[in-house]
Amino acid sequence: MLGIVRRKVGCEVFSAMKFSLALRKVLPTGSALPMNYSTATKEITVREALNSALDEEMSADPKVFLMGEEVGEYQGAYKISKGLLEKYGPDRVLDTPITEAGFAGIGVGAAYYGLRPVVEFMTFNFSLQAIDHIINSAAKSNYMSAGQISVPIVFRGPNGAAAGVGAQHSQCFAAWYAHVPGLKVLTPYSAEDARGLLKAAIRDPDPVVFLENELLYGESFPVSAEVLDSSFCLPIGKAKIEREGKHVTITAYSKMVGYALQAAEILSKEGISAEVINLRSIRPLDRATINASVRKTNRLVTVEEGFPQHGVGAEIGMSVVEESFEYLDAPVERIAGADVPMPYAANLERMAVPQVDNIVHAAKRACYRSVPLAATA
Amino acid sequence: MVLGRVFEDMCAQMYYRGKMFGFVHVYNGQEAFSTGFIKLLEARDSVVSTYCDHVHAVSKGVPPRAVMAELFGKATGCCRGQGGSMHMFSAQHNLLGGFAFIREGIPVATGAAFSSMYRHEVLKESTPNGLDVTVAFFGDGTCNNGQFFECLNMAQLWKLPIVFVVENNLWAMGMSHLRATYDPEIWKKGPAFGMPGVHVDGMDVLKVREVAIEAIARARRGKGPTLVECETYRFRGHSLADPYELRKPDKKASYAARDPITALRKYILEKELASEAELKDIEKKG
Repeated sequence: MLGIVRRKVGCEVFSAMKFSLALRKVLPTGSALPMNYSTATKEITVREALNSALDEEMSADPKVFLMGEEVGEYQGAYKISKGLLEKYGPDRVLDTPITEAGFAGIGVGAAYYGLRPVVEFMTFNFSLQAIDHIINSAAKSNYMSAGQISVPIVFRGPNGAAAGVGAQHSQCFAAWYAHVPGLKVLTPYSAEDARGLLKAAIRDPDPVVFLENELLYGESFPVSAEVLDSSFCLPIGKAKIEREGKHVTITAYSKMVGYALQAAEILSKEGISAEVINLRSIRPLDRATINASVRKTNRLVTVEEGFPQHGVGAEIGMSVVEESFEYLDAPVERIAGADVPMPYAANLERMAVPQVDNIVHAAKRACYRSVPLAATA
Repeated sequence: MVLGRVFEDMCAQMYYRGKMFGFVHVYNGQEAFSTGFIKLLEARDSVVSTYCDHVHAVSKGVPPRAVMAELFGKATGCCRGQGGSMHMFSAQHNLLGGFAFIREGIPVATGAAFSSMYRHEVLKESTPNGLDVTVAFFGDGTCNNGQFFECLNMAQLWKLPIVFVVENNLWAMGMSHLRATYDPEIWKKGPAFGMPGVHVDGMDVLKVREVAIEAIARARRGKGPTLVECETYRFRGHSLADPYELRKPDKKASYAARDPITALRKYILEKELASEAELKDIEKKG
């Protein structure tokens, strides 16, 4: 009847019953969506979620088209656009030459005239070649033209560290793009996030930077019938409380959400109940949810994979200082990647990216459990 | 060339056994111009490459052991395991990388050539044996990119001692050159910017060498840049993790028949420049 619903690659095992009960408690504050979580019976990978979202949006609106390197005949560098060329033809799934600045700009120009491009960067590291267009001709145009021009474009691709791919292929750009007014920046974690947020991004009238994660593409997550429906959409700017808790708030995005959940499980065995927030949206940041949580738990750990200085955690920390200072019982703990270009050697790479242990130790420090600082990375 | 081929084959073996990781791109089939050009350079000359840089490193004089150690992420690697397969650097051997972003190496190489010219013109360093030359290696996919054109123009404008070598293996990962480029003859882009553009059979190391001798001499004498298009073929996939092969098997077979190593071997034996036994010796050492 109710089988065991298991998320592969994570180490949590939920029975289907426990899962649906947990979900019912997890309603994000102030959400307008009717939350009707039926018991999940299907699992899909993040890759399938993204592919189906692209497919459905392209089917629903002929102005949506996909452009990027290897998106067509190669079926996508990471197979995200598999099957789309066959289905929609080369006029809507365009294999580009290796010219990020050029094709990002072409996408923006097309968007000025009401088309809805989805521009893929093979990784967001390559978006640096096109960043002038993302910021100067996409993000700022609506403002500069006093609303005459809107740019309904989506820039998507994998972001952050993979495995052993070296310094030029491993950077996280969430903080970079979230810095810019005029952009929306989304960071899906689960298959549900991937589907709902990509659909929202494509339907959005403004430029959206959609930061996926290569290592999450193959991970499976349970999804409800509602998520699989083609009208499913998630609101932009709303975080999701993945796990409720009362002693410490842990914020994370993308792959780090999985790590934070693992850390929460470990902490619960030691009597610390951690509330894990999946940010989903870096810009706009869901300050309301984060602050409401901190006002409840009084302690905060921010987790991100990117470099620490001027990162997402810095912004979250400041938001809490601005709005909930009196509620803090401990300094904000910031867990981030090491302040060094990503090394290639596997042992060094492991040390350069946050691990579950780092999150556990930070949470304990915030809760004033004695953990010698020297023990943490 | 033999060393390069054997090195890359070993990389593939190690990768598929799980001992090497990340993105590894091997050079099999393209050894002719790495050897053809780099072996003509002096220690003071510079080489800039892309992520497909193991053989360039080895040809330039970086000890193969150091390159292999780098691929394993060891501290004895040429970059102490910090750079990895795609980022080979050696200041001692004037190997300036190793860039994961194609086209990124081209302005860097142009800058190296600029510094060579600057030292001669502004700092008045004496150059009795000619200017230090830079050779930039990159692929067909790069040749549609803006930075390439910008550098062709500036190199010619300032008469920089550089040779731009296009390794045209007809495929940019999974994208055929013919699908990506309206006018596929890359050598023509040279004259469009005022420099000589040469097309050469990249599977024949002796033909490449002839072209290289002239291009490098031009640069050394201060006559400016040359664009050389070497037509070649990648015997393996784009990277060792790249199973998705869009190339047709018969095309692969026809190029395999033009393997530069086999071709040179045949030439040497026909012209009796060395004996079978001596060639076997070289192969064993590799």
